[in-house]
Amino acid sequence: MASQQTLARPIVETVGAQAATAYKKPNTLLGDIGAQLFLIFLSLVVLFPVLWVLAMAIDPRDITRPTTLIPPGASFAAFERIFTQPQANGVYVLSALWNSVLVAGATALLAGLLGMTAGYAFSRFNFPGRKQGLLGFIVVQMMPAGATLAPLFILLTAIPFGDSTLRDHLAGLVVAYASGALPFVIWNLKGYFDTIPKDLEEAALIDGASQFQAFRRVVLPLSLPAFAVTILFSFMSGWSEYLMAWVFLSKPERFTLPMLLAGMVGQYSANTRWSDFAALSIVMSVPILVLFFVLQKWIVSGLTIGGVKG
Amino acid sequence: MATVTTTPGKVSPVSAKAGEIRDKSLWQKIRDGRLAYLYIAPAAIAMAVITLYPMIFQIWMSFTTYSTRNLKATYADILTNTPPAPSYTLNNYTDIFGGLTKYGVTNYDFWRLLSFNVVWAFSNVIFHVTIGILVAMVLNRKKLFGRRLYRSLFLIPWAMPPFVVALIWRNMFNTQFGAINQLFGVQIPWLESNAADPIPFLPLLPLSYFAILITNVWLGWPFMSVVATGALQSVSPELYEAADMDGASRWQRFWNVTVPSIRPAMVPAIMLGLIWTFNQFNVIYFVSQGGPYGRTEILVTQAYKFVSEKRLYGLASAFSIIVFFILLIITLATNRVTKATEGTNEN
Repeated sequence: MASQQTLARPIVETVGAQAATAYKKPNTLLGDIGAQLFLIFLSLVVLFPVLWVLAMAIDPRDITRPTTLIPPGASFAAFERIFTQPQANGVYVLSALWNSVLVAGATALLAGLLGMTAGYAFSRFNFPGRKQGLLGFIVVQMMPAGATLAPLFILLTAIPFGDSTLRDHLAGLVVAYASGALPFVIWNLKGYFDTIPKDLEEAALIDGASQFQAFRRVVLPLSLPAFAVTILFSFMSGWSEYLMAWVFLSKPERFTLPMLLAGMVGQYSANTRWSDFAALSIVMSVPILVLFFVLQKWIVSGLTIGGVKG
Repeated sequence: MATVTTTPGKVSPVSAKAGEIRDKSLWQKIRDGRLAYLYIAPAAIAMAVITLYPMIFQIWMSFTTYSTRNLKATYADILTNTPPAPSYTLNNYTDIFGGLTKYGVTNYDFWRLLSFNVVWAFSNVIFHVTIGILVAMVLNRKKLFGRRLYRSLFLIPWAMPPFVVALIWRNMFNTQFGAINQLFGVQIPWLESNAADPIPFLPLLPLSYFAILITNVWLGWPFMSVVATGALQSVSPELYEAADMDGASRWQRFWNVTVPSIRPAMVPAIMLGLIWTFNQFNVIYFVSQGGPYGRTEILVTQAYKFVSEKRLYGLASAFSIIVFFILLIITLATNRVTKATEGTNEN
């Protein structure tokens, strides 16, 4: 989203924008202190629930509401437990983790590929229905996702796939998640492609490159920041969804990580092991943070367009 | 073939200028754009199958008495038996407005749900945008110490699964030893999960609303901040210089230079944010669970309860059709005020 509109401006203007960052009134000492105090306060607000979860995870008493950051008898036993013992439905965390990586990764790949071609067409071609098409992708988001569950359930159940139906397979989830992420992906990529001067592609074409080569060699490298945001966004939409997965999947060996988390606190789990739940929450956010650190370099350059001078 | 004709397929898309196309007939334009349609087709087909089809199905379903017995739930169902077809009815729509007591749905009032939902969406987005822009501006200061650290840190709320966040906040708002209670040293008795002790009456509604508001604001501002950070990079420096020369105050500079400059970037994000928040399921479902007495229920959580508790598929479908049209009206109205599509669709 970051790049969507900002970057839908000519490169020249955005390069001038770097001067905008450079041009500022000299900071006052008081202002600096104020800014730091504000940011530190905000950091505490952001970190508070996270530390709370950590306190839950290392608390051996399995309580939902820890009172101190380091509880008495703190240990990392919960982390060990969730990896070595199966959950109530007999699923191992590692198997669910693998399923989740598969689903989220495939979602990011599918949404990225479909969004890339569509976003490119919306940005570079002029054709009847272009404006309406772009709006159309947004409009379909207005149907509440939870409410489309029932028809989707029926539809995917009607498609035979593998040993049963598409609904009961991870592939069904991937298609559903990817199409959920597509509207943002298309708008985001389209906005970014708009900022890349057409002259660059034309130059490549004149030099004898094919249309595809021009895209791969010129447009693609220049839009890495937008792709990074896109990948992060669509990976996350596949990573954290549980409601659809919960309704669709019936075989425990295909369960995803958020399903395990939801199952731990669901209505049938009277004695929730809260330390396990907290530990699994933390384990679950690790891959996202890893992905963010991998993509960060591209994303930040997406925010400042610093490395993409035309 | 002495004359050289340009075949539409050969014209490279990059060189196709808007001016050349304008003179052609619609059919010609469609022919010229066939490569574009080809590129969009995979995404469009995926969307049509996964989103458009359920939408159409939903419209049909909303006029029927659909329930569990009409479901082809299993693989065996598809191969062997045909479930009975539901009968057609208009009752779903009339019931929604007329009350649902005959289905055993309590604490239900459509207009109350709708007005709360609108207030919920707008109040959230106002906070998301205000905090997002404020933080982006502070992080944009020259020579700020720890800028990169703060930027990564502030992404955490976005990176955590929303339902985990919602569950954590629910416990933090708990009466006994909830973190918020520990912080302020007060007892807030409206969020007891098991409701073993009777839920207090309505005067506590504002508190319950604040709880879900705080949760969702915590969850949602980083996204707006990321958008605003990007937007701020493109503010032209000449404008600030000119404003300084005219002796503008900081406040005037913000409203007359910063806001108009970042507006084109913020408006689409705000419109998407409104749609997402209007249908924000997780926070309400997990934190307040619609309580007390369904007063913090929004349309989506209510529709979910129709299906999960009463198996009223037809009714839930009619409900989501109504949600769709309400959102369409809100979006078209905001679009009118903000002229978002004009800003985003023009090259």
